Amino acid sequence: MEKKYVLHFPRTLVDKPIMSDLVKKYNLDFNILKAYVTPEEEGTLVLALQGEGENVDAAVKNLRGMGVRVQSLSSDIRMIRELCTDCTACIPLCPVGALYQDKKDLSVIFDPDKCITCGICIRACPTKAMELTI
Amino acid sequence: MEKTIAEINKKIKEGKAVVVTAEEIVDLAKKQDIKKLAREIDIVTTGTFGPMCSSGVFLNLGHSNPRIKAGGGKIYLNGVPAYAGLAAVDTYIGAAATPENDPRNSEHPGSFKYGGGHVIEDLAAGKEVTLEINAYGTDCYPRRGVSTRIRLKDVNEAILFNPRNCYQNYNVAVNLSKKTIYTYMGILRPEMGNANYCSAGQLSPLLKDPYLKTIGFGTRIFLGGGTGYVAWWGTQYNPGVKRTEDGVPTAGSATLALIGDLKQMNSRYIKGASLTGYGTSLIVGIGIPIPVLNEEILRWTAIPDEKIYAPVVDYSNDYPNCTGKILGELNYAQLKSGRVEILKKEVPTGSLSSYRTAREIADTLKKWITEGSFLLTESIFSFPGPESGYRFKPMKGGR
Repeated sequence: MEKKYVLHFPRTLVDKPIMSDLVKKYNLDFNILKAYVTPEEEGTLVLALQGEGENVDAAVKNLRGMGVRVQSLSSDIRMIRELCTDCTACIPLCPVGALYQDKKDLSVIFDPDKCITCGICIRACPTKAMELTI
Repeated sequence: MEKTIAEINKKIKEGKAVVVTAEEIVDLAKKQDIKKLAREIDIVTTGTFGPMCSSGVFLNLGHSNPRIKAGGGKIYLNGVPAYAGLAAVDTYIGAAATPENDPRNSEHPGSFKYGGGHVIEDLAAGKEVTLEINAYGTDCYPRRGVSTRIRLKDVNEAILFNPRNCYQNYNVAVNLSKKTIYTYMGILRPEMGNANYCSAGQLSPLLKDPYLKTIGFGTRIFLGGGTGYVAWWGTQYNPGVKRTEDGVPTAGSATLALIGDLKQMNSRYIKGASLTGYGTSLIVGIGIPIPVLNEEILRWTAIPDEKIYAPVVDYSNDYPNCTGKILGELNYAQLKSGRVEILKKEVPTGSLSSYRTAREIADTLKKWITEGSFLLTESIFSFPGPESGYRFKPMKGGR
């Protein structure tokens, strides 16, 4: 089976051999879909994990035990269109360009396919137009 | 060739007034003769839609039976404290008011989910809000407590009165430090990761009448979807700042105090705001009509984004410590492009003020005037100009 996760690493974990454990201890294949460092200097990885279902679950449990915040990619960011005022405060903060302005009608557009669920837009939006759905 | 407001109003009533928005006049002036445009165009409409904490609403709640004297006690609307320093059932709820049990920034950055600005939005939207009053009781106002639910239609008066709105130009905020900061100008990433501005630029009311020649006490305006009035010059009014050759201030300068009936307003243009790590605010929709009384006024209304400059300020040090230092100036065409260069670094930009909604407001005001439902007022007196020496002072003993 394959499952996608977003892993948030606090700075203290950046030098630990977390990724190699996934292969050695849990016999998983992983594919890094996206990797970046947030403004809070937290490392973020979007991973697809492949292997036995119980191994995936055990690996996730182990990651959480080490202090990695693990979010299943079944949680998504959603824009509540009627709450957006098209101000653009979110746009420069989105690390992957999933939020941008339509140059013609000046509306703010959210592209969920580009989103990596980092959540910075939720904090940036003054009118709570961005929300996390699970 | 001078026009008067009375002549323009006559044309509005006859359905003959020529109205354009401040965005449309910028394009027209690039192609056509200014003198001809000044003769033909009667009114230029402007608009802005940005957060402004210095906003709030006076309410008269009506009397309970038996009577209660909230003045000197405590008043809460949806748990948000309102001012209890007026008569028995008069109060003022300010945009930045925060519930007493809100964690604020104890876990930085606080999210400030609900505050005075949201109460005002909920009232404008016709939603029910809880009202709680604690009082000490008097012979004529014996009751000690009230807990009820009210809507905007249930109160007697609901007067939006904003001591400071409609800033004429504003800072561009950046962060030169090494950690993210959370400000009223939004989230600012370290080492100039982004630059945030907050003005509609070429659509913004006071940038199109830079010396406030037509805007003064009593000017009728679009306010929150209803009609309102300019009630005074705004707090922190500072007309003496540096100006471009067109007369446009290159920093925050004039401001306006505004008044209007909340019962006429529309929650599309009166919105509560939560600024992470900072607090709550109110986003207020404002549109001001500028009568084209002469060629000089038309020239000002036609000033484009390219000629309106804003100062870039470091909010990690220079802003909090009032150093007065600016890192440079950028015009609104550059800012609206989404990318600017500051100190030789390319920086993405964001705006706290919605240009799209500003455009919608200027269009709506244009429609009201064209339809004959909005007439202009003559201002009763003008506000201090740059020659007056009026200035914005720091706090005495605050150093």
